[in-house]
Amino acid sequence: DTVLAAATITMKLTSTVCFPRQEIMKWNGWGYSDSKFLFNKKGQAEFTGKRYRLSGMVLPSLQDWFENTFGASVNHKSPATPALNASAVPPASLNEAFVEDLKATGIPFSHEAEDRVFRAHGHCLHEIFALREGKKFERVPDMVVWPNCHSDVVKIVELACKHNVCLIPYGGGTSVTSALECPPEETRCIVSLDTSQMNRILWIDEKNLVAHVEAGIIGQDLERLLNESGYCTGHEPDSMEFSSLGGWVATRASGMKKNVYGNIEDLVIHIKVVTPRGVIEKSCQGPRMSTGPDIHHFILGSEGTLGVVTEVTMKIRPIPEYQKYGSVVFPNFEAGVACLREVAKQRCAPASIRLMDNEQFQFGHALKPQVSSIFTNFVEGLKKFYITKFKGFDPHQLVVATLLFEGDRERVLQHEKQVYDIAATFGGLAAGEDNGQRGYILTFVIAYLRDLGMDYYVVAESFETSVPWDRVLDLCRNVKERINRECKERGVQFQPLTSCRVTQTYDAGACVYFYFAFNYRGLADPVHTYERVEHAAREEILANGGSLSHHHGVGKLRKEWMKESISSLGVGMLQSVKDYVDPDNIFGNRNLL
Amino acid sequence: MASKTLYSQRDPMLKRDGFEDILEERRNSSDLKYALRCYAPVLYKGVTPCKANMLKNIVLQSDQLRYVINQVSQESGEAPDIIQEEASVILEEMAHRLQISTVRFFAFALSKAFKTLFQHVCVNEEGIQRLQQAIQEHPVVLLPSHRSYMDFLLMSYILYTYDLALPVIAAGMDFMGMKFVGEMLRMSGAFFIRRSFGGDKLYWAVFSEYVKTMLRNGFAPIEFFLEGTRSRTCKSLTPKLGLLNIVIEPFFKGEVFDVNLVPISISYERILEESLYARELLGVPKPKESTSGLLKARRILSEDYGSIHVYFGQPVSVRSLAQGKVNRSTYNLFPRHIPRKPMEETQSFVNDTAYRIVRLQEDNMVLKPWVLMASLLLQNLEGMELSVLTEQTVWLRGLALSYAAFLDWPDHAPTAKVVSSSLALHRGLACVSGGRVSLVVGEPLGPVTPEEALFNRAVSVLSCASYRNQVLHVFLRPAMLAVAMHTAASSKKNEVYNCFSFLWDMFSNDFILCPGDTVQDFEEACYLLVKTGAVQMPQQDIVMTDIGQPTLSFFNGLLEPFLQGYQVVCRYLCEEASEGLTEKQYIPAVRSFAVKLILAGNLRCYEVLSSDMQKNALAALLRMDAVRKVKVADQVTLIVNKMAVNSIDDILGKNRMISHINQTQISPSLSLVAVAEDLCRDGLTPSYIR
Repeated sequence: DTVLAAATITMKLTSTVCFPRQEIMKWNGWGYSDSKFLFNKKGQAEFTGKRYRLSGMVLPSLQDWFENTFGASVNHKSPATPALNASAVPPASLNEAFVEDLKATGIPFSHEAEDRVFRAHGHCLHEIFALREGKKFERVPDMVVWPNCHSDVVKIVELACKHNVCLIPYGGGTSVTSALECPPEETRCIVSLDTSQMNRILWIDEKNLVAHVEAGIIGQDLERLLNESGYCTGHEPDSMEFSSLGGWVATRASGMKKNVYGNIEDLVIHIKVVTPRGVIEKSCQGPRMSTGPDIHHFILGSEGTLGVVTEVTMKIRPIPEYQKYGSVVFPNFEAGVACLREVAKQRCAPASIRLMDNEQFQFGHALKPQVSSIFTNFVEGLKKFYITKFKGFDPHQLVVATLLFEGDRERVLQHEKQVYDIAATFGGLAAGEDNGQRGYILTFVIAYLRDLGMDYYVVAESFETSVPWDRVLDLCRNVKERINRECKERGVQFQPLTSCRVTQTYDAGACVYFYFAFNYRGLADPVHTYERVEHAAREEILANGGSLSHHHGVGKLRKEWMKESISSLGVGMLQSVKDYVDPDNIFGNRNLL
Repeated sequence: MASKTLYSQRDPMLKRDGFEDILEERRNSSDLKYALRCYAPVLYKGVTPCKANMLKNIVLQSDQLRYVINQVSQESGEAPDIIQEEASVILEEMAHRLQISTVRFFAFALSKAFKTLFQHVCVNEEGIQRLQQAIQEHPVVLLPSHRSYMDFLLMSYILYTYDLALPVIAAGMDFMGMKFVGEMLRMSGAFFIRRSFGGDKLYWAVFSEYVKTMLRNGFAPIEFFLEGTRSRTCKSLTPKLGLLNIVIEPFFKGEVFDVNLVPISISYERILEESLYARELLGVPKPKESTSGLLKARRILSEDYGSIHVYFGQPVSVRSLAQGKVNRSTYNLFPRHIPRKPMEETQSFVNDTAYRIVRLQEDNMVLKPWVLMASLLLQNLEGMELSVLTEQTVWLRGLALSYAAFLDWPDHAPTAKVVSSSLALHRGLACVSGGRVSLVVGEPLGPVTPEEALFNRAVSVLSCASYRNQVLHVFLRPAMLAVAMHTAASSKKNEVYNCFSFLWDMFSNDFILCPGDTVQDFEEACYLLVKTGAVQMPQQDIVMTDIGQPTLSFFNGLLEPFLQGYQVVCRYLCEEASEGLTEKQYIPAVRSFAVKLILAGNLRCYEVLSSDMQKNALAALLRMDAVRKVKVADQVTLIVNKMAVNSIDDILGKNRMISHINQTQISPSLSLVAVAEDLCRDGLTPSYIR
């Protein structure tokens, strides 16, 4: 039973004209409208709704943690604008000829303000902040179109080319790279191509263990539907409740359990893409080919600049018999990293292994629900006593690694022992399943927590990188220090929260994920301040041997560093592919290049 | 105005803190108590101090050292164990063994000694506070100026006094000669490095890893002398880059977030080694450091050495300095534990940083009235009326202050009193008789040859010059402009600039001139001379004002010995130097050439006898390609391009001929600029004329 067990919903939408996602999802925040954190009248934090394990629970320590960490107060609210102000949305500038031809195809579309605004953004801080403030939009799509299948997409792209209309593919809308933002300089009609109706599993091939799936399918639906047949993909990016298969391909997504199942590029066997030049696909499903550079790699990470991914054949696996969470506490971050490195070296990483720093460990603890039984409380107290007093771990230094094992029971237990033995050589102490599971809960509710923060003058964001093993510690330390310094220099009045975790391990390095948040009271333009600090943090990452991105992508947020990252010749190569595939820049979201 | 903004960039540094005398408390309370008091300094991010042995183990087991050990083993065919053992021996020889008990001993002994030797030991406490802050935040490198053996004991003494983390200090191996003292120093935090270990890979690896380990972990502030050795002339020396490279590299490699460099200026009113240095410069070899030698030095305990001022400058963040200058990501593609030659970008950054730090040291050097008096006396070797000296000293004080000199002039004391007490403190150098002040010449023992007399006089001139040299950094840029105005064929700004630029290049071994700063220095000089009313700059001209004469002529006189000295070297190379002149022969040969000129009455400049000036002049000529070094067998021979040397001589000597030596190769009517342009065309000095 996964963390998400309680979170399943049917994303199947009735095929009315409007497909209003916004009816069940927030228009100006993360996730479902019914699920949110709030401080109740007693000042205690609660998570509303019924979808998650934390739903309906009271989190007694969150308020203290929140107020102490940020210098914030539950009495200082910064509420969001309650509803979308239609006058803040620029009128749709439609290409009438395109609209006429589109009507003839019978493919549904809309130019309602709410539909257009909903698809005008991803989940970057500045995007959500602007929505909450009710700021005027500079540029949003002029219409939204909902193709139902591959051939609908072919028709739309043909019409877009014919009428010189700009297309921006829209999957789950979870981008955090400004990739969905409409270029303000775009004068053509912008059409958001929403793939949400292309959400079927077309077939499952049990002999080869692959499934052929429409690319608009959302992660949790894909898993749920496959589970019904006894399979899974095992691809679980943190955004899987909302992000789509096509989006994963377009951004080179990575899933939590990549150690067992691989990242998206390892999972994909065949891709069908509709481009202005026609449809790209391979002629067979051979598991590996030597036919020149892999054309899939032009598509993987193309961020919607070349065309629309419509169908994907991807690997599936039988659902694992047994799953077990676990956790290990280390006296400090250095010891934890050394352990993860050793685990990677011995190639025995469990499905997921993550190392949270002390800040994140404490953050996780602040999310502990009220414990009903005195006995549980007592046991927790004992554990804490054992670790801090008996073993002498400093509560302000200790870190925790969270683990998820999968497989048949016997092998999981064996594997678990192997990992715990390695951990012990680095001073790690097994700290139970609960602690492990809590770490993963944090992952799924963190974006909801950001909305809570924004209700109380706290802005927050996450960013990630990948880095060789020997530089992990230096990078983490320097990036945190840089953030602290930049905040101070830019007039942030309160100590920011900077926290990181080593979230994936590889043979030659690791993926590091940062959370960064601060109380913005007293700042004139908190978003600008935030952006400057994030910019500095990225420069620090690059100077310390980190990559521009491990899985979030480039979008428009990190374009400026592309040359530095892949050389100007490399950018030229990508550009020439773009020029060939899409000479009129129909896919004009201007990401990446 | 551009020059204003350029200058004002340096201005904030010139806001200086006040001083506290740390001896005052020592004179009023028990030294023993002081030496035994609780000492609990704050450390970098609260690290626990690391025992010397643990430190050695970290170094020996580091990836960096293991890599080099394997490399050396493969190259030499020796087993890695043996090389490892060698490394361990090197480390043993090098490592400090800081012990608080030894520090306490020094705290006690130095308290006694300082109180006898010095009137005051003054420290800027605000600087101490800044340092304390810096130590907690980042690894700190202490970079004091180096004028005396006292320097590093003094530094540790001060840090102990203020309860700051004691530094580990890079010291030259020559101290090791003094068995007992060497070990004492080791136990007070010194670590010892060989003076030269050019090609010794293993040595370099042990050494650099040792320093980096201490820095990375923030176990203790690292202290070393950028100048590499004690300056015998009291001028700052061209910085050495080896250690600076080592301490900066961990920042470039991302191993530390930042490194703070703290320039520290230690100014002595009287240097203990004063006449020793003069003798050394004149070719009497430096006494080998030995314990018995040090004991003999006890004699100095009976003298008054005035005050010491120690100024802890603003910590300089390497990160801020490197912003936009060094792209750290160029270190991404190479394993960090493999030693690599720094990239060009990095090298020039380190070089630039070193110069800037030395200039910051200079800026905060405290100058005493005697420094001004010495400058005047050296321009009047025949002696001066006391009243004239007093009057001119007052005038010079005003000038120095307007050029932001850090002058320690006693408050509320009448000028005559200031002058007379300065003379009293330096009675070994100058005396007053019959109302005239003149340099003291060492008492001859028995009959003297003319050479011996000359030698004695040179000692007092060079000793005196070491005080004048302390003020040079204040006046240097305007003084070079004054000389350039004097020598340029016209008052056109570009012609003056060309001359300035030539002098700048020529003297860049003698003075601290940051590479590439020619234009900035020129503008600073113009700004200063205009500001003090000595010069005006109508349109494209630079001309002296009605009241500018005293200033400009003082400045010309200030640099005169250097111009003459370099000229003598040029003359020697053109006229006397034999074909196969070796590098070794060069200094004694120039010296005897100069002695001859002086004895013949053709030269009155004694400073050319200083080996320091001779070396700097040669370095300048080598840099300008007027002389080349050729290695023949084991000897390095100097090949002189007489044409080029002659041209340089001519530019230097414009209007300043050493009277009767006739040189006719170059037509006297040729303007300076024409000569300079010729030089330029010949590719001799391509950089300074544009």
